[in-house]
Amino acid sequence: MATQPVFAEAPAPDNIESLFAVPALHCAGCIAKIENGLAKVPGIEGARVNMTARRVAIRHDPALSPPELKAAIAAIGFDAEPLADPGVDIAAAENRALIRALAVSGFAAMNIMLLSVSIWSGADGATRQMFHWLSALIALPTVAYAGQPFFRSAFAALRQGRTNMDVPISIGVLLTTGMSLYETLTGGHHAWFDGAVMLLFFLLAGRCLDSMMRGRARAGVAALLKQTAPGAMVLDEQGASHWVRADALRPGMHMLAAAGERLAADGRVVDGSSGLDIAFLTGESAPVRVGPGADVQAGALNVDGPIVVEVTAAGPNTVIADIARLMEEAAQGKSRYVRIADRAARLYAPCVHLLAALSFAGWMIAGAGVHQALLIAVAVLLITCPCALGLAVPAAQIVACGALMKRGVLVKDGSALERLAEVDQAVFDKTGTLTLGRPTPRDIDRLEAQDKGVVLALARGSRHPLSIALRQALEAQGVMPARLEDIREQPGEGMSGRFDGETVSLGRPRSLISLFDLASEYRRGAATTLLRFADAPRPDAVETLATLNAMGITTLIASGDRPEALEAIARATGTTAIGHLRPQDKLALIGRLKAAGHRVLMVGDGLNDGPALAAGHASMAPASASDASQLAADAVFLGDRLAPVTMAVRTARRSVAVVKQNFALAIGYNIFAVPLAILGHVTPLVAAIAMSTSSLVVIANALRLKGNAR
Amino acid sequence: MTGISILIPIALSLGLLGLAAFFWALRDGQFDDADGAAARILIDEE
Repeated sequence: MATQPVFAEAPAPDNIESLFAVPALHCAGCIAKIENGLAKVPGIEGARVNMTARRVAIRHDPALSPPELKAAIAAIGFDAEPLADPGVDIAAAENRALIRALAVSGFAAMNIMLLSVSIWSGADGATRQMFHWLSALIALPTVAYAGQPFFRSAFAALRQGRTNMDVPISIGVLLTTGMSLYETLTGGHHAWFDGAVMLLFFLLAGRCLDSMMRGRARAGVAALLKQTAPGAMVLDEQGASHWVRADALRPGMHMLAAAGERLAADGRVVDGSSGLDIAFLTGESAPVRVGPGADVQAGALNVDGPIVVEVTAAGPNTVIADIARLMEEAAQGKSRYVRIADRAARLYAPCVHLLAALSFAGWMIAGAGVHQALLIAVAVLLITCPCALGLAVPAAQIVACGALMKRGVLVKDGSALERLAEVDQAVFDKTGTLTLGRPTPRDIDRLEAQDKGVVLALARGSRHPLSIALRQALEAQGVMPARLEDIREQPGEGMSGRFDGETVSLGRPRSLISLFDLASEYRRGAATTLLRFADAPRPDAVETLATLNAMGITTLIASGDRPEALEAIARATGTTAIGHLRPQDKLALIGRLKAAGHRVLMVGDGLNDGPALAAGHASMAPASASDASQLAADAVFLGDRLAPVTMAVRTARRSVAVVKQNFALAIGYNIFAVPLAILGHVTPLVAAIAMSTSSLVVIANALRLKGNAR
Repeated sequence: MTGISILIPIALSLGLLGLAAFFWALRDGQFDDADGAAARILIDEE
């Protein structure tokens, strides 16, 4: 402990906190660099890194605007994107409530079991009575607290006239607790508090794991999101600029967008010309040239030079917001999907309750007293209580999702896994999904080794997508940049500099090129080299589609692109391709396939795929997709390969198979145990052993999925 | 019998203590960033 100054600086009360996503965080060094580096920046009080969520929370003077903070992080060497204020995270709060309930029920289960073991070992008379009372004292508050998630969900289901897994659980727990309390009051031999609390503990463990898995996947997706601009620099009449938040932008304002910034609102260019990257909207990676008078959309990335844009629509009136609404409507169909566990519960719950009622009636007819008949009915309920059934589904799904996450597929929840297993038709978008969605240089190998160094040095200084593509390709080859003098970027023209006394430049081609080809030109002295780019297909696109076909899934390509551009990929994969589709058309296509009885898997990346992703029976998006698409998709896959799609479907099918095995195991155990319970041979000891064994068997079976994501 | 009346309250209060400690840690945010906590131990403070 170093000596701390006693008069610790009081934190300025009016400092605000901003959140930034920093996807490149991966080690202790990054944490130290960011936290120590930011603390030295004037106006920043402190920064705290959350590595799990790949986020930095910065406490700072309100005078610092997000672009300034972003620049401060960039100066330390990390790419960062501002995140909107998350507000209260409902999912995280729910997860915490579950963990608290799990801790309470775990504590109670252990202590009651301690007392129960002494009763089973022969304690009787006053000692047994005292132990029963102690157990009741621990169990009653526990059931009231830790049982709430089940009671609430069961109540909600019953009120809508439905039943789910939580209904038999709630009835079982409440009846067992009530009956045990009655036994304790009347000095009976058996109390079942241990069974009731242990049941809650096992089931809560399943729920907790389920919720943690969803939270992890969600955090992973959130860290990838490329947030639309949270605001813009706005010019006032005097020509001075100040920062305005996106929700305060009004039509008529003039906003200034520098190169590398995203537009915060729809508008019309009034001054300057530049290239805009609207890949989020069209999936096309080539920037679109805009000049004064051109319409631009919120979310577009300004690539070249600064432009001034007059805002025409902001917030809910933007093109993005329109598509978001379309997606919301499309997603409603998905919410009608009934999960496997609930489908099983619909059959299971009435059977169990009927069985308990019949054994009560049977023993009454056979001449037993109400008390004994009721005891046996409760034993039947407890034995059949779907402890193993409650774990059967989440255990298998968590293991499968965990295995998939390790291989780079983030599945958002268990229901997504169930739906993925059912698909029989896959619809692919082209740009960004079957292809990489970014230009890759086709002929850098025509350059001499020395020229490669020069090109890399030039490309490093620019944010133009073609420059970035060149830089990535050259760096991947291990090229070292050459030393250049006076490197300059001329907006719209390119980079230039001096190498060994010769003028070198990288820029827009002056020579004639084909209209649809992307290219840039490298000039050194009098010599020029044309560097062409193409959007390369993902390395395993052809194999992936063939594998899907072999798995009994028909494939289809649906793209907004020109039909001619689809020909090559359609021929290579032997798949029907449909071009010229607008977002509504893709949605309608999914609708037609659904009406024909298909379960459609939609794989797409652009915002134009968003509605189709939301409407598909299941959907996947690559991590390079627009944020809206990643949010709409059931699963997001990382990396350049397409194979995760088949891997996800295969793993989903295996997990459903394991879920069914688990159901079979749980029901098999019931067939064995229920007759014992009906005959009145089940004591609390037998119930406790039977319950834990069946749960462990189910979990062990689910663990087989672990190495299965291939 | 007197042994039990002393030992059982001790056992229960120890369990409750553990539960309270867990709740405190949860509220304190110690489980918010498990990966980060694992990495932070490697940072050299000057």
